[in-house]
Amino acid sequence: MKDFLLLFRNDPQVAQTLSPEELQARTKKWMDWVGGIAAQNKLVDRGNRLSNEGAVLKPGNIITDGPYVEIKESLGGYTLIRAESLEEAIELSKGCPILQFDGNVEVRPINPM
Amino acid sequence: MTQTDGLLPHLFRTEYSKITAVLCKLFGIEHVEIAEDIASDTFLLASETWGIKGLPENPAAWLYTVAKNKAKDYLKRNTLFMQKIMHQLDSNELDDRELEINLSDQNITDSQLQMMFAICHPSISAEAQICLSLRVLCGFGINEIAAAFLTSKETINKRLFRAKEKLREENVKIEFPSEGAIGERLETVARTLYLLFNEGYYSHSQESTLQKEVCYEAMRLTYFLLENKKTNLPFINALMSLMCFHASRFEARTDGDGQTILYQDQDENLWDRELISRGNYFLNTAWQGNKITKYHIEAGIASWHTKKEDSAEKWEHILQLYNQLLIIEYSPVAALNRTYALSKANGKAEAVIEAEKLNLAGNQLYHLLLGELYMGTDDLMAVDHLQKALQLATAKSDKTLITNKILAISLLSKG
Repeated sequence: MKDFLLLFRNDPQVAQTLSPEELQARTKKWMDWVGGIAAQNKLVDRGNRLSNEGAVLKPGNIITDGPYVEIKESLGGYTLIRAESLEEAIELSKGCPILQFDGNVEVRPINPM
Repeated sequence: MTQTDGLLPHLFRTEYSKITAVLCKLFGIEHVEIAEDIASDTFLLASETWGIKGLPENPAAWLYTVAKNKAKDYLKRNTLFMQKIMHQLDSNELDDRELEINLSDQNITDSQLQMMFAICHPSISAEAQICLSLRVLCGFGINEIAAAFLTSKETINKRLFRAKEKLREENVKIEFPSEGAIGERLETVARTLYLLFNEGYYSHSQESTLQKEVCYEAMRLTYFLLENKKTNLPFINALMSLMCFHASRFEARTDGDGQTILYQDQDENLWDRELISRGNYFLNTAWQGNKITKYHIEAGIASWHTKKEDSAEKWEHILQLYNQLLIIEYSPVAALNRTYALSKANGKAEAVIEAEKLNLAGNQLYHLLLGELYMGTDDLMAVDHLQKALQLATAKSDKTLITNKILAISLLSKG
């Protein structure tokens, strides 16, 4: 078994337009998906959501505000899972609800230092 | 002498553990056997004397006096042991060989609580902790422990022996953990009490009275923790709540012949309302903390099960609680129960797909679940899984239950 980092990206502005009922329905989909991975004993760390604000540091002491709000694919959160192979990790990620909401999942194997 | 017949086992349970705890605290845990021997001798004398002369006015006080004298006699006879003990105690009373054996309520309570921490020491295996708890904290006999674990007396004796060796090796002290360590140590104590309760609740032992007693002992010890300010923490309340909810169904879960009655077939009127309301009280107290533990979640699930009628809301809540529970800590049972809740909340079709991913083919309950999920849509698959469950089943009551299910399906498909 190997650990994989799942990175979730979507357009953060969409969530702001949703009704409470729609948000609740989305939360249920997330919980059912993560719960399903945990039920297979393949969840390492549920991870967290990321705030939209933030900063990017570049060489020469250039600091920019997170321009994420305007980008359709902003990094919104992460989860850690374990799987036998990249293929299996991809298979587990196919149920991620973000795919139904125009977002995407990046699956990256973790190489321990 | 029927009067003493009923009283003695009860007194034994409650007083044996008190006497052992106080003496053990005095002698040090490395001499736990001596404390146990003195307590056992005391009860032997009680059963002989009371059988002839009848009950003393205050049986507990009688036991304490005898235990004290026996402890003092023992110390006088064993000068070597006494020197060691006296050395440890740093007592000024060496000369007249008078040893204060304090059997006040306060000292009993303190000693028992400290014994719980000593026995539930992280260096000892969970299995051994449960065994030691039953023996030393609850006063169960070796025969009873063997019956509860469905194993032989020899196995239990070996297990106890090794556990006591380990306590000596690790030089475990009978004391209250330091302020900083108490939370962590209490987690081990809570886990042991939780396992102890489950041992009674889910054991396949045919002796249902014994099963209940194991559960009640686990509850008594948990209550102990709630009575002390330092250990009355939210997650201990959650644990107590969970136990109350489960125990409320004791009378409803087996029939007159000791056969299991499944939740959906139970008579609600037999559920203990008093225990349910206590469970609610402890759960409310538990939520006053800010850390959510698996005990909170499990108590939450159990509280939904105190409402018998099915509703979409009920199963959606239960499903979400199982999702949370699995995120905190995986266990095969939680994974199976979560999938059952999923079938109730999201439908059988989705649950079958999820169940197939669980990778628990060697588990009887897994095949029982799949049998349940396929029933009505694919009876052949249902029977196939129930057959597998039957092969894996060991308890007689389980086998009867599964056989009946298979019969019901074949009757339905014929009709």
